[in-house]
Amino acid sequence: MIPELGQLCTTIALCLAGVQTIFPLVGAHRNQRSWMAVARPAAVGHFVFLTIGFGLLTYSFIINDFSVLIVASTSNSQLPILYRVAAVWGGHEGSLMLWVLLLSFWTVAVSVSSRRLPDYLATRVIGVMGFISVGLLLYILSVSNPFLRILPVPFDGNDMNPLLQDPAMALHPPMLYTGYVGFAVAFAYAIAAMLAGRVDQQWARWVRPWTTAAWTFLTLGIALGSWWAYYELGWGGWWFWDPVENASFMPWLIGTALIHSLAVTEKRDLFKGSTLLLAIGAFSLSLLGTFLVRSGVLVSVHAFASDPTRGVFILSLLVIVIGGALSIYAWRAPGLDRNAGFKAVSRETFLLINNILLSAATGLILLGTLYPLVLDALAMGKISVGKPYFDTVFIIPMLPLVIFAGIGMHAAWKQADTAQMVRKLRWLVVIALITGIMMTALAWGTGPVLTFVGVVTGIWLVLASLRDPVMRLFGKGPLLTASMIGMQIAHAGVGLFVIGVTVTSTYSIETDQSVRIGETVQVADYSVTFNDLQQVQGANYTALRADIDISQDGRIIAHLNPEKRVYRVQTMPMTEAGIDVGLGRDLFVALGEDLGDNAWSLRIQYKPMIRFIWLGCIVMALGGLIAMGDRRYRAAIQSKSPAVESGTATKLV
Amino acid sequence: MTPRKQRMLTVGLVVVGVSLAVGLALQAFQENLLFFYSPTQAIAGEAPEGRKFRLGGLVEEGSLTRESGELKVTFMVTDLKNTLPVSYEGVLPDLFREGQGVVAHGYLQPDGSFLAEEVLAKHDENYMAPEVAELLAEQGHPVDGKPAGPAKN
Repeated sequence: MIPELGQLCTTIALCLAGVQTIFPLVGAHRNQRSWMAVARPAAVGHFVFLTIGFGLLTYSFIINDFSVLIVASTSNSQLPILYRVAAVWGGHEGSLMLWVLLLSFWTVAVSVSSRRLPDYLATRVIGVMGFISVGLLLYILSVSNPFLRILPVPFDGNDMNPLLQDPAMALHPPMLYTGYVGFAVAFAYAIAAMLAGRVDQQWARWVRPWTTAAWTFLTLGIALGSWWAYYELGWGGWWFWDPVENASFMPWLIGTALIHSLAVTEKRDLFKGSTLLLAIGAFSLSLLGTFLVRSGVLVSVHAFASDPTRGVFILSLLVIVIGGALSIYAWRAPGLDRNAGFKAVSRETFLLINNILLSAATGLILLGTLYPLVLDALAMGKISVGKPYFDTVFIIPMLPLVIFAGIGMHAAWKQADTAQMVRKLRWLVVIALITGIMMTALAWGTGPVLTFVGVVTGIWLVLASLRDPVMRLFGKGPLLTASMIGMQIAHAGVGLFVIGVTVTSTYSIETDQSVRIGETVQVADYSVTFNDLQQVQGANYTALRADIDISQDGRIIAHLNPEKRVYRVQTMPMTEAGIDVGLGRDLFVALGEDLGDNAWSLRIQYKPMIRFIWLGCIVMALGGLIAMGDRRYRAAIQSKSPAVESGTATKLV
Repeated sequence: MTPRKQRMLTVGLVVVGVSLAVGLALQAFQENLLFFYSPTQAIAGEAPEGRKFRLGGLVEEGSLTRESGELKVTFMVTDLKNTLPVSYEGVLPDLFREGQGVVAHGYLQPDGSFLAEEVLAKHDENYMAPEVAELLAEQGHPVDGKPAGPAKN
């Protein structure tokens, strides 16, 4: 009864989403107040029914109702309750329910906080978001129904993939989806503004906090996934350029470009075309990501078995959304841009370079991700694109980007004073060069030139970002708004990330060794002693636990317990690495297999500064959070005169 | 800067950026495409010599050999028509099993064996790399499990 009730609620939500689409859009077009007034109540109703539907689905998981197909296939009575809830989005059907639920949540958030928005815009935004909901809900109810029953009812469930039984992985999909779906808000704003024929600075000010919020969630979601891959997949990698990772990273890159483009649109009433295109692009890539991950077209841990109807459905949805959006753009965009100029050295130029480089990187990643699929579809051979391709095409646009980011932050709008910027920044360049080279040389001796370049640019970006806030602490320099401080902190996060990535990828030591129990092996200047191996019982698994000491200069510095687990229900072996965490370096030991003769294979790794990668992401997200809180975004509609803005806006972002 | 110059700058930057991107992409692409071959294709000489590729098939039952206590391991990969010996030194994935699907990245050696740098097995009990599943289906082998398992994220 409960699942049927859930399905009913979801169906009602679909109807309300339809109402939420048609009445506001048609009403806004015809300027009929009574029709437009339907937008908010319909959005709230849609959200309420969908929440009930999702709640009932979750209830089925909690009470172990294995008559529901997806409960039987992704959950189990032995599963701890936290993971039974996480199992709701552990599978295909449930994760799409989460997707639409989050979409309707964003819609309600928009409609509640859009009271100050003019009706012509607010109703259209809600209408466009309703349209996306309709598409996804139709998909769920027609080919991906999470409420389906199974007969005969199995005695117990198939269990959740043990790899996913992990707190970070329980949280990863909701975070990622909140980000993905959050770009739907920027998308809806873009479509709404084009339909209404008005894209102005005030519009950009309304969109910015939403975009930043989506970006912040996506940043955290991707970082969680990377962190999980590092400790849970067992082999110490933090990014594989797996198509599924790319699927989440491309919207992030375009979303980042969008944030910067919006800044120009808000401050200078420029870049409107690219802002609209990036808003369309960020959400289209989010949808494409959903398609890539959810339709089973990818060879990856995330791929799903599925009938082709699902793929065809999502593909059609993709074509309608992207094609429709671009058509509206082609129809409305000409004539949007104002002819305000800017000098070659100005913040506008740096932000333009930023957008081009980020878009280029995205394009190259998209090529590497889709090319194998296209070749396969055309039966022209099975290929895959190796990691070195992605490394190369990503590093080359990113290096100038990081260098320019540090300069661009200090460039004034319209026309920057080059001499003044040089005076302001030259010492930072010197400090970055000295500390970067010294630090790398002292800690690890020599290395490739690119490594030094990477560390120096990373430090440069941190210094350039923190210059103004630190000066402010001493009461010097211009006053900073929340959005400026947020921007500076986020850039410092990028700098930390760059340092971490550079050092880890150059100086990591990864070695597979055969080690006997009682034996000690030497890895760099660490002695790794394999003391003992014992059997232990976990909640729903049995494990072999190794007892390993790591010592340096004759002193024990870490005691690690890597495990080889076998989960009882799925009888799947899994490696649980032992990691000694440190800001300067991680020591990582994973237990391989029994090699006979009392020896086991061990993967032993030294990962310098790997924590900076996720620390950088957290700092970026923190910056996003601070920027979102800027009071300017919540202030009542300000004077519409662009002259006032551009006159005073030389130092505002 | 006049609007005209501004547009020129934009166009110029875009052209430079795009051509740089295309050039780099093509070069990096050429160097990093990994082709997939079955043992039959590899034996027939279809696979490029001296270039990395992906070899896929089933690990032949009873073919796994290892000197006791040594990391180095050899096994046979079969597509049920032909088999190819594969050697590898390192930790094998958790789900590596005899009789199960496997994909190895590496090089064909002059002696006709395959030296693997990386060995990938299934991600869970029901999942098999689509290439391997397809390969086996062509040989009329009943594939255990579908091309991809039940809904798993």
